[in-house]
Amino acid sequence: MGLKRYIATRMVTMFGVLMITILITIALVGSNMDTILKQGIVFQVRAEIIETPAIAESFSSVGEFEAFIQSQIDQRIKVLGLDEPWYSPQRIGLTMYKILLLDFGHATFLISDAGSSDVKDIILEKLPRTILLFTTATIIISIIGIFLGALSSSKVGSLTDRVTSSFAIISSSFPVWWIGMLMIFLFAFTWQIFPARATPDISSSDPGYIGALLYHMTLPLITIVMIGFGSWAYLVRNFMVGIMQEDFIMAKKIIGIKKNKIIYSHALKNAAPPIVTILALSLSGSLGGAIITEAVFDWPGMGRLYFEAITVMDLPVIIGSTYVLTVFFLVSIFIADLLYGYFDPRVRTGQ
Amino acid sequence: MSSISPQEIKQEFLKSKMGIAGITILTILIATSIITMIIIPLETFQEWNNPSNWISYPKVAIPIWVNFFMTEKIPEHRILEAPNIQTNSSGEITLTSHQFGFNYDYNDFPNDFIYEFSSEYSGSPLLQMTVIRPDGIKLELLSISLPFSNSKTIHSERIFSTDGAIKKNLSLQSGQFAFTLDRLSAEDIVFSKTQINEPLKGNYIFLVNVYAVNSEVQIPESKLIIGGKAFGLMGTDELRRDLAIGLLWGTPLALFIGIVVAFASVTMGLLYGVYAGFKGKKTDDTMMRFNDVIYALPVLPFLIILSVTISNSIFVMVLFLMMFGWVGIAKVSRSMSLQIKTRGYVDAANMMGQKDSKIILKHIIPQLLPYAFASIAISVPAAITTEAGLSFLGLGDPSFPTWGQILRDANIFGAAARGLWWWILPPGVMIAITGLAFVFIGNALDVIVNPKLKR
Repeated sequence: MGLKRYIATRMVTMFGVLMITILITIALVGSNMDTILKQGIVFQVRAEIIETPAIAESFSSVGEFEAFIQSQIDQRIKVLGLDEPWYSPQRIGLTMYKILLLDFGHATFLISDAGSSDVKDIILEKLPRTILLFTTATIIISIIGIFLGALSSSKVGSLTDRVTSSFAIISSSFPVWWIGMLMIFLFAFTWQIFPARATPDISSSDPGYIGALLYHMTLPLITIVMIGFGSWAYLVRNFMVGIMQEDFIMAKKIIGIKKNKIIYSHALKNAAPPIVTILALSLSGSLGGAIITEAVFDWPGMGRLYFEAITVMDLPVIIGSTYVLTVFFLVSIFIADLLYGYFDPRVRTGQ
Repeated sequence: MSSISPQEIKQEFLKSKMGIAGITILTILIATSIITMIIIPLETFQEWNNPSNWISYPKVAIPIWVNFFMTEKIPEHRILEAPNIQTNSSGEITLTSHQFGFNYDYNDFPNDFIYEFSSEYSGSPLLQMTVIRPDGIKLELLSISLPFSNSKTIHSERIFSTDGAIKKNLSLQSGQFAFTLDRLSAEDIVFSKTQINEPLKGNYIFLVNVYAVNSEVQIPESKLIIGGKAFGLMGTDELRRDLAIGLLWGTPLALFIGIVVAFASVTMGLLYGVYAGFKGKKTDDTMMRFNDVIYALPVLPFLIILSVTISNSIFVMVLFLMMFGWVGIAKVSRSMSLQIKTRGYVDAANMMGQKDSKIILKHIIPQLLPYAFASIAISVPAAITTEAGLSFLGLGDPSFPTWGQILRDANIFGAAARGLWWWILPPGVMIAITGLAFVFIGNALDVIVNPKLKR
């Protein structure tokens, strides 16, 4: 099985997963969505009739009038295709087809900052902010982590190693969002250095917006990095410790190559495949974890959008965001797989 | 995968400081849970969200031990329930007198005072409330007649310090004070020095006298609350709930969620992976493809959708967490079982015609047990933090006082902005400590199971 075939199978699997995810999401929220849409129609019809009193006057009895309203409602439900249950093949097919074309419809309640209720617009507005915060954080984390990990693996058992390892273990058991609350408590209220809410309070068209956004980003960024780099360092250290015991490193030591050179060029290069793979995975993983962190810091990104959509049950937004999050997640798993297959030929030959 | 005997693991484990620390913390947590479940009445747990259960507690009170470090003592919240009772009768008048004596030694006025009672009487007895201050001054606070009744009746009432009659009575006695009382609330007057408006320290006696004519008065319930700003070991929250109780109940809940989820998902993953690896070929392919699908689902969004649409009950949540928890374990145990499968004794067992289930359970699984235990320990913190995170988002089970739930309330009521550190710190620390215990145990086991990490 060559690399091409490997890529092809992975892509097919990923596409399948994507479809399954959307299907499950629709299955979970479908019946609710129908109820909400139908209520909306009833509300709309009644509102229209109240606006034009002439309609009501043209009926002689209440029963007739009610029947008229009901027929109006039924008619609209039929036009929108809501008379069939959400699980009917046509409707599911249509919904999935639309989603694939990134047509998520209009949000029920939420609107973008620019005022659009198109789910695509809302997501396109929020997504860059999440990527800005979490990608920056992940990159900083991985740089610090790789450096610290290499450093502590070069002196196993030293103070640096022990401090790094224990910091890694301790920091990994704190929830990020709780540290976030503490950071807000300390640096936004006790010492008023950073703003408590991460949403900049000037409009996005203002030239100072980028600056304000970066300033508001500092506190969440510090928090995420603080909690994240420890476990990275620990992971890199463990890979490196494993590699440092390999024969070829021993041989290099015996030849007399300097220790630092062995660590930073030879050993690190060999530890690269798993590290790169984990980097790809954690980039996407950070997007999923963004939901709680963004809720704490009130960062105006995808995570908060998702949370808001859930609280008001804005289903088009929920489906759209789930789709986008899943796509990101799958793409990075795919890239991680590819990298792994590229670095480690055993994987793609299926052994 | 070298095989290590249980004795060796135990020996190695006891040598590791980390493992010992983990076990110690875990033991303390388990002991706390057991003590909580035995000592603290179950009602506090069920009544966690019932505001009337917490009515006599103060709002956002700081923990009392803070006073230990303070030179300016913060008034403690006092609930005085055992008054000194005297009954006198002269002629047709019976006097029942309830005396509440306490020492007030704080540098600030109390928030308020509340007298809560229920009495059984007939006719219309007179209730008189006075306070005798450390400087000997006797202040009349209130005298009211209880509602008239021909037959025996039970009357319950709360008299608040904000009662207009108390204020009126006090302003009638304004001659005692060197400053004007107009703008001051009742408690600021009662507990004040006469020359300047500063708290007067010393022994106060609150006296409640009930006079009845030709009848008997019973006061089965009589409680004086001196509203303070400090209460209990852990303080209280905005809804007057005693945080110590919430934190204590959170312990067994967190342990339950963490251990059940970790144990079940590791067991599921182990069996799934081992079976796939052992069977190989088509079965392995299909099972691993399914595994890939679950692995690629975005967990948190799914948990959120599930808890919103299906149920947010804590038990259902445990099920959901299990559904996503087994995937990674299955992958690893599959590759391990692929290795073990090639060993001679498995081949031998196979040739002897033993059943697959027997080979898996007797020959393969035992080899993976140390790894499984390490995985269980390592997956516990993830389960606890995920549940806490969901609760924090408001998707948890509101009827259980979990740590995440407490933090959610803290966030809603703006605890960070108001500097209510005792509301934010302890739940997070508890989550971290619990997580740490399991991480310690897991890491100690991991080092034993993967000797490569040791060096």
